[in-house]
Amino acid sequence: MVTPNRVGLTKKDYFGSASTLCTGCGHDSVTLHLISSFYEMEVEPHQVAKFSGIGCSSKTPAYFLSGSHGFNAVHGRMPSVATGAAMSNRSMMNIAVSGDGDTASIGMGQFVHIIRRNVPLLYIIENNGVYGLTKGQFSATSDKGSLQKKGEINTLESIDLCLLALELGCGYVGRSFSGDAKQMVPLIKGGLSHKGTAVLDVISPCITFNNHEGSTKSYKFVKDHDQAIHEIGFVPSYTPLDVDYDHGTTKVIDLPNGSHLTLKKIDRDYDPTNRQAAFEVLHRARSEGALLTGLFYINPDTVPFQDVMKLAETPLVQLSLSELRPSKSALDEVMESLK
Amino acid sequence: MSVKVNDFSIHVATVNGSGSQSSNNVLMRAIFRMGIPVSGKNLFPSNIQGLPTWFTVRVSADGWTARRVETEILVCMNDQTYVDDVKALPQGAIVIHHDHMNIASIRNDVTSIPVPFSKIIAEACPEPRLRKLAVNMVYVGVLAEYLKITDEAIELAMAQQFKGKAKVIDLNRAAIQAGRAFAKGSQSAAPFPYKVESMNKTQGKILIEGNAAAGLGSVFSGCGFVSWYPITPSTSLVDYFSEYAEKYRVDQKTGQKNFAVVQAEDELAAIGMVLGSSWMGARAMTATSGPGISLMAEFAGFAYFAEVPAVVWDIQRIGPSTGLPTRTSQGDVSFAATLSHGDTKHICLYPGTVEECFTMAGTAFDLAEHFQTPVFVLSDLDLGMNFYMSDPFKYPDQSLNRGKVLTDADQEKLASSGRYVDVDGDGVPYRTLPGLKDRRGVFFTRGSGHNAKAVYTEKGTDYVEQMNRLSRKFETARNHVPKPLLEGSGKNKIGFIAYGSSHEGMREAIHILQNDLKVSVDYLRVRGFPFHQEVLEFIQSHERVFVVEQNRDGQLLSLLKNEPLLVRELPKIESILHYEGFPLPASFVIENYKRLTSGQKSAAA
Repeated sequence: MVTPNRVGLTKKDYFGSASTLCTGCGHDSVTLHLISSFYEMEVEPHQVAKFSGIGCSSKTPAYFLSGSHGFNAVHGRMPSVATGAAMSNRSMMNIAVSGDGDTASIGMGQFVHIIRRNVPLLYIIENNGVYGLTKGQFSATSDKGSLQKKGEINTLESIDLCLLALELGCGYVGRSFSGDAKQMVPLIKGGLSHKGTAVLDVISPCITFNNHEGSTKSYKFVKDHDQAIHEIGFVPSYTPLDVDYDHGTTKVIDLPNGSHLTLKKIDRDYDPTNRQAAFEVLHRARSEGALLTGLFYINPDTVPFQDVMKLAETPLVQLSLSELRPSKSALDEVMESLK
Repeated sequence: MSVKVNDFSIHVATVNGSGSQSSNNVLMRAIFRMGIPVSGKNLFPSNIQGLPTWFTVRVSADGWTARRVETEILVCMNDQTYVDDVKALPQGAIVIHHDHMNIASIRNDVTSIPVPFSKIIAEACPEPRLRKLAVNMVYVGVLAEYLKITDEAIELAMAQQFKGKAKVIDLNRAAIQAGRAFAKGSQSAAPFPYKVESMNKTQGKILIEGNAAAGLGSVFSGCGFVSWYPITPSTSLVDYFSEYAEKYRVDQKTGQKNFAVVQAEDELAAIGMVLGSSWMGARAMTATSGPGISLMAEFAGFAYFAEVPAVVWDIQRIGPSTGLPTRTSQGDVSFAATLSHGDTKHICLYPGTVEECFTMAGTAFDLAEHFQTPVFVLSDLDLGMNFYMSDPFKYPDQSLNRGKVLTDADQEKLASSGRYVDVDGDGVPYRTLPGLKDRRGVFFTRGSGHNAKAVYTEKGTDYVEQMNRLSRKFETARNHVPKPLLEGSGKNKIGFIAYGSSHEGMREAIHILQNDLKVSVDYLRVRGFPFHQEVLEFIQSHERVFVVEQNRDGQLLSLLKNEPLLVRELPKIESILHYEGFPLPASFVIENYKRLTSGQKSAAA
């Protein structure tokens, strides 16, 4: 806590204001993992922009990195705000926190389109399958057949946000559990190192409205059913990569900022650079009712939206008036063409 | 019968998607090239091909450019509409038409000039598939011959319209010449009653649409980010922005752009992106029309309450709902002014000329950034999509007003001010941008309740404090929006108030009132909301005030009625409302003025 990292900041410098969420909320664990990740990645908070929508999840950006500007948008519309911000200042590292209601229902359109555009940001969904702030309605990620607190059965199909992200061409797709720091921290770091949109679907139980018997998003259910597809690690750019990896059991993925992800085999061979394999494993898990976690897919060569749009290297917000306003002769030329 | 020179209107009835737009532009520009003031109004359907469309060219030596209801010359190219088109003509009009149309069976008090268009184009254009497009150039040739439009002017207009493409120009020239040859061979002994004569009244002038002016103005006022969802009649504004930015804001060596234009998935996303961009510190805007404004309502309230700049161009069309998407309107005036739930008020600008579309593009950004709030620029289809003559736009050499933005260098202010503290007593707080190192200036921007330090709160007293400061800020804006413009001495008893695209019709109506009806009136053109002090004073100082608008409910008047200073003035204010979707003609204002003042000669004296 008091040991400064190499940019001279202690972990405390990455805190935000005190959480007002329920004691035991999964989201508070996600907040802690984010704090650890930024601290360990030695990111200076002023270089980070935080985004969220509306709901319990979307309150969390207030609880980490108080040294970063944050934008708490309207319900379901955070992706558009983040898109405009990312296009205007490409030097920022962008972190977005949303929920399953904010993303999979009211914000579905914007979620889909930010992925299509490949706007550089880590998009975390704190997914608890329930509308907490309005006291317990099912969300669109609630599994079919799961029970509401008062006993009602969910009769509708759930939306798998990882499968959807894959379908949309997302270049970084992972799932984790808020209670699994060991898995989540490297997934966050990998997502923050990614050049385009990184989607991390985090099962983050709602202690108050969705932690009962019959829920598929309760602490107990997730602990009992969580199957990691590999053991994931993050090696920062400044740490030499261990040359002793057993390449038969550990895959190393180079990230654009010089850091690496290491993926150690647990009980299956899995290549997260194979998009087709990701579809297969997720579809199978869905039909079997299994809960898989890990990094399903990564494409480190993805082209971010700013480059697709041929945007200048210098962030737009740093351009001077003389760069932004064409010359008088340019206007004269236009006027001449209209005579 | 005497020949009328440089003062008449031509109405061309065609089918949309038939290439008539090019023909009409060539006709209009050729007359313009002869130095004669001209304007063109396109009355088109919400359709790509096959429905009726009309184009009116008004030739006016005196420079009147408003729509006229009467037309002297009608060109009938559309079988579906010609019967009604001919019925609507004034007595004595000239009808140039396809030779298979029997005009005499409809009216015998108009002059019929049948033209074998199909035969002429078949001879002039060897390529059958191009005939459908080129046939419209034949009427340009017929008119050119009758009206004495010079070949030189036609050539200049074609070079501009077809951007110098030789093959296209050759094809069209052949069609025009064939039309000319037909007219030459069929002219009767009596001279054609209308003609053009070269003048020098368009020397140095430009011909431009409001949307092009607005796009250009945005390129020259530092706009870095545009997001929009395609919607008529605003789309061309962004098209023009892109066209000019691609030309003048791209690094020639690297091909990299210092701007971004993002086509959004809907208008909610468009305004969301604009807010994200403005919050980051860029100048950002969107352009839309009524349905898009409806979708932007929630974010508009966010931006008002969280104090994020944004520029929103609303090129108004007829509502409610889908309405008449290709007809003009001033129907969003009251909605835009208070867009969103809760107590919201927005700065609005009402450009009335193409030049103002250019200058207000910059003014809108200055106001949005200075007041940290959305600014709505309310243009409309008539101003946005029709051609107007103007003096060339002046280069905007003044610096930009980026507002009260603190950086890491502003140590003293960072120590003393919070995000929403009224440091200067004008209601306008200081903001900082992401990337700031000094933690004293780092804030969380939210649409939920916040106190002066930008900390979340649900305390009633904090809420009231912030809402009252926002009101003070709005009051400060009152005398920062563009002043109204007065025509007349200001000492008359009768005053007219209008705004936006009504200006051209109003200008002419005032002229008719003064010169033909011998009624002296003052005309005040409102250019911004909140209403400038001078708007309120104008109403106070006149005995009778007419507010001319292009909507059903008198929306600007409804905003005026909210002004505490005007409470006692209301009985003397009346509306003149034109809302059939076509641009406001002067005659409408005159007729309604007469109706409202009949039997009250003394008031008008």
